[in-house]
Amino acid sequence: MKPLLIASSFALATAFAPARAEAPRPAPTTLKSPTGSTQRVDARGFIHRWLVLEPVPVPGRLTEAAVEEALQTAPLPEQDALPRDGETVRLGGATPKWHALETINYNLNLYHFAWSLSQPTSNVLFWVTTTVDSPGELRNVRLAIGSNAASRWWLNGEPVIALNDDRQAVIDDGVSRRITLRKGRNVIRAAIINGGGATDFCARFLDEHDQPVKGLEVAL
Amino acid sequence: MKYTAARWLLAGAIAGAAPLHALEGETGIHDPSTVIVHAGRYYTYGTGGLPILSSDDGWTWQRQGTVMASLPGGKPGETTLARGGNNSWAPDVIRVGAQYFMYYSAPGTQPKSAIGLLVGRTLDPASPDYGWRDAGPVVWSDGIEDSNAIDPGVLLAPDGRLWLTYGSYFGFIRLVELDPATGLRRYPDRPPLNVAINSEASIPIYHDGWFYLLVTHGSCCQGANSTYNIRVGRARKVTGPYLDNMGIDMLEGGGKLFAASRGRHVGPGHFGLLDLGQGVQKFSLHYEADLDRGGISVLDIRPLLWRDGWPIAGDNFVAGTYTIESARTGTVLELAVQGFPVGGFRPRRGGPPAPPEAGPPIADQDSAQVAGKWPATTSVRLAPAMLQAQQKWAIAPVANAGGYPGSPYFRITIAGTERSLTAIKGGELEGRPFTGAAEQLWRIDQLTDGSYRIGPKSVPDNTDALVLSAVGSSMPTLAKFDAASDRQRWQLEAP
Repeated sequence: MKPLLIASSFALATAFAPARAEAPRPAPTTLKSPTGSTQRVDARGFIHRWLVLEPVPVPGRLTEAAVEEALQTAPLPEQDALPRDGETVRLGGATPKWHALETINYNLNLYHFAWSLSQPTSNVLFWVTTTVDSPGELRNVRLAIGSNAASRWWLNGEPVIALNDDRQAVIDDGVSRRITLRKGRNVIRAAIINGGGATDFCARFLDEHDQPVKGLEVAL
Repeated sequence: MKYTAARWLLAGAIAGAAPLHALEGETGIHDPSTVIVHAGRYYTYGTGGLPILSSDDGWTWQRQGTVMASLPGGKPGETTLARGGNNSWAPDVIRVGAQYFMYYSAPGTQPKSAIGLLVGRTLDPASPDYGWRDAGPVVWSDGIEDSNAIDPGVLLAPDGRLWLTYGSYFGFIRLVELDPATGLRRYPDRPPLNVAINSEASIPIYHDGWFYLLVTHGSCCQGANSTYNIRVGRARKVTGPYLDNMGIDMLEGGGKLFAASRGRHVGPGHFGLLDLGQGVQKFSLHYEADLDRGGISVLDIRPLLWRDGWPIAGDNFVAGTYTIESARTGTVLELAVQGFPVGGFRPRRGGPPAPPEAGPPIADQDSAQVAGKWPATTSVRLAPAMLQAQQKWAIAPVANAGGYPGSPYFRITIAGTERSLTAIKGGELEGRPFTGAAEQLWRIDQLTDGSYRIGPKSVPDNTDALVLSAVGSSMPTLAKFDAASDRQRWQLEAP
């Protein structure tokens, strides 16, 4: 047991306790720093490179209204350029930092990310973003994601997916309507809100036959 | 030859009667273990000191203290405390040979946790042999690794090998092999195998050449706001990979839905297999919230069906008016009385049918229209379904008459009358006025193919367990159940 007990004891304690002086935790085994300018999506179309903002404490409730409230609590400032690795953002009274990450798995484990930084993993919001370069205009594709837990997703500034409630990161759980990937750079941005326990996400594009789109290049 | 679960589900939907409570008595529990039978009594254990719920019939349950109260200091042993913490949650229990192994969660500050083992010789707290020996921790998580060692689920495979899965929302669900002689790990130096991720209440089962891994997704402990639901994947080997119906590995979040919230019960979780033999399988679980009991977490036992190689969560039988159709013959059970056609007699028409001309609707036939001259006691028989009153059986639970795993006993009475299906001497059947006698109380078990087995609580002058049987196309009787035959399989459908 159990998420709620976790939330009421361990999670809340870790989420809001002042940072303690402790030895640096080991680096996450599933994440590494990207090398090279771009990386193609994998054989199943999953995007491995992301810029991830350090977690922002929010109430861990995951209803639609609570998620919207969390987004209002910690809105990501609009900016044209992709943030840079190490850049900080002013959110409320905090200044979380962006981290350029590459996951060795199909999914990016946010729990690993935050835990390794001695950051809270429960009752938090993670902002993530990346870009995919398409060799040409692609019509009738869909963004397909899984997230633990609730999440909101935007493509080129347009909201495309909203998942509420506590949930596992299941491949192709949230899928957008048919959209068009423009030739060249497309920007994905997402917010993942976690209550307690593990937290992660995965994302890829599906073509009009629900098959993975494989020819995309990811750049940070 | 078997009826399909889909057909039963349709029948249930048509019947439309209100579902029953989830069991009777003291059923409040969270994270129940697999329901286990010992010396004819049913037992399950839950979170919070391993409270004991037991029942002599599987329907009415009583609390019998806690397991932890029988241990020194009322807490896990020192080694388990050191690996995990001073909690006792979410156990699972299994009999192996003459021993009972009880695995329980002993979390500290999660994900630092341990699964402890208690070994006993009896489950009966009143037995002089009762007592649990602390055998220490079996597996544990150090608070850093990608797993949280809670929620044990144990399987004794057909080949005699013993397996344990465990884990929670902090990473992987893991599998280790156990030593059937000790209950401890068989190969403690081998790393556990990851078989799923970010789930709770995992437990492997075996069925017809497949291993199935049942897990619970969603969140608990919020009453009616809990999103717990039970998921399943399957593999040819116990070690996996466990894939769902879409081919998604449970290591990547896959899991076919097995049971979700329905009716008055929110948040099903913690699957446990209760195999009663002869084609009757049930499963234990808890609901996060029973809306009929103020939203507390309660135990339930439900039929387990199988379709296309996947387990299906059946529902306990609900009261309603049904026809009782033989899977063997297709004829239906009726009182042996003169039948009247629905809407009255019509002259037999010779030659080819006349062009159809629609008339006004014909009302359903009920017993008030035709039962005036029926004798109080009649024999029963099988006949083609004609929607006539003597074929419409009102099936309703009988209060304070006991039950069996998951359900109370039912009376089976012609709708609108007191003429009830009754087991009589010689293992035959009659329709008699209802008195509440044991030979008028019926156990209705859904079989794994979706059809039903129907048997009286007792038969006069007979100690065998007999069930309703189609001995011919027009003759019902009582006979021993033969799981390989359709003789004793019945379909209950809305007339």
